[in-house]
Amino acid sequence: MIKREKRRYLAIEVASEQPVDKQTVLGAVQASVIRLFGEYGASKTNLKLIKYVPEKRQFVICCSHKMLEKVRAAIASIMETNGESATMHVVGVSGTLKALSKKT
Amino acid sequence: MKRFADLHLRVPLEDQTKTESMIRKASELGYSLVCIPISPQVTKEQISQLKHTCNDAKVDLATRVNLSPRNPNELLHSLRRYRRRFEIVAVRCHTKNVARQAAKDRRVDLLQFSVTNLRKRFFDESEAELASQAFSSLEIELAPILQLTSYSRIRLLSRLRKEVATAERFKVPITLSSGATDEQSMRRPHDYAALTTLFDLPISSALKALSENPWVTVERNREKLSSSYLAPGIRVAGRRTDD
Repeated sequence: MIKREKRRYLAIEVASEQPVDKQTVLGAVQASVIRLFGEYGASKTNLKLIKYVPEKRQFVICCSHKMLEKVRAAIASIMETNGESATMHVVGVSGTLKALSKKT
Repeated sequence: MKRFADLHLRVPLEDQTKTESMIRKASELGYSLVCIPISPQVTKEQISQLKHTCNDAKVDLATRVNLSPRNPNELLHSLRRYRRRFEIVAVRCHTKNVARQAAKDRRVDLLQFSVTNLRKRFFDESEAELASQAFSSLEIELAPILQLTSYSRIRLLSRLRKEVATAERFKVPITLSSGATDEQSMRRPHDYAALTTLFDLPISSALKALSENPWVTVERNREKLSSSYLAPGIRVAGRRTDD
């Protein structure tokens, strides 16, 4: 039997002057992963955008648990989105969405 | 719970608003201690104003001086002059002679090397051996990793990987600091720890380099600078007052 892959959910806070949408955030994270780890590394991350929580102004993405630190490094190295300066901070990490919402 | 410290927050002291916002940001990001490099000519009033700003942001302040001597004699002269005035003394090593002298001098807390000119990074086995005996730490700034791109970053990461391996082999403590000059380059401690995986520093060591190692250095120096300190392991327990 194939073992199910474990995931990690990350809550991300974006600090930028211009408002950013979900696709911009996912695109920036993916571009950063490719820049640091290449296409092979990016293929192992299984990045997905889960949702945007407007009341907390947080984006939730999920990735493979084995690539968590690499994804965090990629998120930390983002300095701009769409040519505008922006930074992203991981405010919480969890194995389930329920636990993540409690943490953040 | 870990107490995190940023031993190199380069706030623009001439801009009060930006200084306050960067200190507040450091507190929001989870740091309980920030170390701000101060010019040796700074007045006591300016330091007390900075301490007041840090108190408002609920973050501890440690003062730091960055020395950039041209030769070993200049380094010794600066150490004699400034060691007792600052909690942290960092030496930017521009020559091999300065690097060797700084590594073996117990008054030096942090060894810094150039991030742009990699030929001026003198942290090799001999340097590590001297540093391990004198309790000086290797300081790695993380802002350049964020700011550099393509080949410059690749070369820096490659060099840092070698230095980290050498430091771990010779048990030289590593201190990670932001080196941030603006809020844009500031990150949470766990994000910085994740960044260090780019040069193969294990997460546990990275967290230690962001919390335990800087706190040990600051607390050791604060004890040495206190009036009750006499020598390593000897301190004044109380003073007799004659009636």
